[in-house]
Amino acid sequence: METNFIYSLLGNNLLGYLAVCILPLVFLIVYALVAILGELKIGAFMQDRLGPMRTGPWGTIQPIAEVVKLLQKENITPDAASKFLFNLAPFIIFTAAFAAFAVIPFSPKFVPSGINLGLFYIFAIGSFAVIGIFMGGWASNNKYSLLGAVRSVAQIISYEIPAGMAILSIAALAGTLDMNEIITKQSGWFTNWYIFGGSGSALRILFLPFTFGIFVIYLIASLAETNRTPFDIPEGESEIVAGYHTEYSGMKFAMFFFAEYANMFVVSALLTIMFFGGWNSPFGDFMSGPIWAVVWFLGKSMSFIFLQIWLRWTLPRLRVDQLMYTGWKVLLPISFVCFFAIALLAMLK
Amino acid sequence: MGNYFRNIWLGVWTVLVGMRITINHLVMRKVTNQYPDRYPDLKSLEEAKLVPTNSRNRLFVDKEDCNGCKGCERDCPVNCISVETTRVTPGDTVPLLRSGGKRNLWVTNFTIDMAKCCFCSLCTQACPTSAIVHTSEFEYSEYNRNDLVYQFSPFSPEEAQVKKDMFANYQAEQAAKKAAAAAVAPAPAATQENV
Repeated sequence: METNFIYSLLGNNLLGYLAVCILPLVFLIVYALVAILGELKIGAFMQDRLGPMRTGPWGTIQPIAEVVKLLQKENITPDAASKFLFNLAPFIIFTAAFAAFAVIPFSPKFVPSGINLGLFYIFAIGSFAVIGIFMGGWASNNKYSLLGAVRSVAQIISYEIPAGMAILSIAALAGTLDMNEIITKQSGWFTNWYIFGGSGSALRILFLPFTFGIFVIYLIASLAETNRTPFDIPEGESEIVAGYHTEYSGMKFAMFFFAEYANMFVVSALLTIMFFGGWNSPFGDFMSGPIWAVVWFLGKSMSFIFLQIWLRWTLPRLRVDQLMYTGWKVLLPISFVCFFAIALLAMLK
Repeated sequence: MGNYFRNIWLGVWTVLVGMRITINHLVMRKVTNQYPDRYPDLKSLEEAKLVPTNSRNRLFVDKEDCNGCKGCERDCPVNCISVETTRVTPGDTVPLLRSGGKRNLWVTNFTIDMAKCCFCSLCTQACPTSAIVHTSEFEYSEYNRNDLVYQFSPFSPEEAQVKKDMFANYQAEQAAKKAAAAAVAPAPAATQENV
């Protein structure tokens, strides 16, 4: 299957590879600016404020001002820090976040790397970020950084398991780990999406609570994995200053910031691909095709970004014991039940 | 076990309730005033109860209502008010106070140093005629500190001097009359003084 229009356009050479690598990065930068503005504006609107209003019309170029500010700031490395690891950590985190873009299918004609283990790859690379977080927290030689890093590790490891069960359920339902194939199997009307049990007999309506449940479980687990509110205890400002990135400033801090937004997009894209039909049009052949696919894919992903921002400005931060309770005693058993039900559905098909 | 599921249900339900509240606020009218860019219309703000009706800002004195009792000057904890009065000369044309009372004193000098004012509102409570009030005017910053000293006397310094001279003349006349009377009958005056 031809999965990359750039290779057919530029040929299978260095230029083609470079273009394929750069395209998601350019998208990521533009998206991060939009998401930062969205975060500021939506947060402000939900508190009956107006948010940034001075930079540009209605404050629309505020994110650019913030990036320029971060670029100008001094890069401070604490004397007592372990300098090599301290400087390495932001790059590891960003690399982990950006590496996930390798398998995200923006359109049937554009997947940077069409490997047949996409889902597994994203899941593996997603756990990689925790190394960077712990590295940064430990190398800072600061008790708050270390506390934040330890909390982050505990949190991410706890929530990987329900997230893994959700991914496993989708793998069982689709019978493949290839992203584009998972999406192709959900083509047709929106009733074929995996949140509604995928295509097949009408029996799947009985399994709706389980497919919907596994979606909610993955949504919660993904919030925890990206350290977003209400699971932002690794960087809880009121308790441990800024958690694992307390000592970072300037561009190195921006890398953490950037990685968080990249991760937000990755989990939103994953939710879209696994449960909402990826680049498929919700209405069968209506507005489908490689170009419309990009619009549908980004539209669906952006709604999940909005959902994450919405939740952030709604919920307070969880306590550590509540976080562990939710992860191990609520999400894990329910995800097992949902997995078995969905496996049964996959067998009945 | 029932408690466990009830907790989960309550957790999900309360999150949904919270999300409904925030999404409602997302589309609501915003309360922010773009203050230095767009000046708030104070009258309409007061009507909309956005500025508290009892907010304490710049002081204002009704010149036609102030009877010169100096109550505000005495009560001011930071000495930002200074009042100077002179007696009304009998026979001078004196308008009534706005509140209807009789005027016994001319206010020849009434200054309020708003740079010192602490907005405690003690002066407004001391005022018998409610002549001194806090307005809702809050934009009165100046480049020169002396510009924050406000003058609330109805007279210019020259006019005030006229009033002062008038009373001084009257006093002098009275003193002269007294002296004349004393010259006619010095003995009782002397006894009075001794007492």
